[in-house]
Amino acid sequence: MAMLSGWHRRMCEEDFKLMFGLFWSMRALATALDPKNPTKQQMGAPMRIGDGCSFNSFRTSSYKLHFLESPSGLKFVLTTDPSVGSMSEQLQYIYASLFVELVVKNPLYTPGEPFLFEPFSAALNKYMRTLGLLS
Amino acid sequence: MPTLYSLWIVGRNGGLLYSRDFVQLPPIEFNDKLRLASSWFGMCGISAQLSPVPDSSGIQLMQADTFDLHSFHTLTGTTFMLLTEPHTPDAAELLRTTVYELYCDYVLKNPFHEMDQVIKSELFDQNLVERCQAINRRWGVGA
Repeated sequence: MAMLSGWHRRMCEEDFKLMFGLFWSMRALATALDPKNPTKQQMGAPMRIGDGCSFNSFRTSSYKLHFLESPSGLKFVLTTDPSVGSMSEQLQYIYASLFVELVVKNPLYTPGEPFLFEPFSAALNKYMRTLGLLS
Repeated sequence: MPTLYSLWIVGRNGGLLYSRDFVQLPPIEFNDKLRLASSWFGMCGISAQLSPVPDSSGIQLMQADTFDLHSFHTLTGTTFMLLTEPHTPDAAELLRTTVYELYCDYVLKNPFHEMDQVIKSELFDQNLVERCQAINRRWGVGA
């Protein structure tokens, strides 16, 4: 977990581990259930990033979680109200135009370390506002 | 093309009670099915726990690249999983009404059925397949 904003509850280390496990098993489940791929690996075999079938979002009664995994394995997670539609393109934009531009190209950024860069947070907030997801 | 792929029923303790494909699908080994069903059961629990807002239910819909997985949790804890083509309309409704009604009529009302035991009701099977394949045919999908 490199950056977190706007959770209504305090998250602890344990929660992040739980979340990582959840995404990992969801991808394994999606790959195993994939109805379009007749040549499946054995379940539980190690998967490379981008292999198999990925999941884009899931929804419960009170929230919807959107998920994007970058080619380098960074995971972008966005939680919204359950009524929000697909956010894949928006997450892709956040990754390609905000994260890469304002974080990866920042010389102070060390890959894999938590970061807090004002320009990125500001741009993210602004973008979320233009989407109408933040008041 | 909207398609219903398969239905799984998971018991209150995460065991797979029933699974049925409505079209030809790549086969999944039975042991793998058991593992998938119980991990889905666990994931529903974890997703409710990780919710950013209080009082969340389990997962109702998961959207993957090539399929949608609708999940319906009954009040008594049984979980229905319906695998469909992405953006198949009314799948959640179908699960809540048609499938659940068939389950109640043919499985729960059978005096020999015990909760959380594997479902081996021929009538349930027949009616379910009939209804779901009729829906698939309406969308132009053969069995």
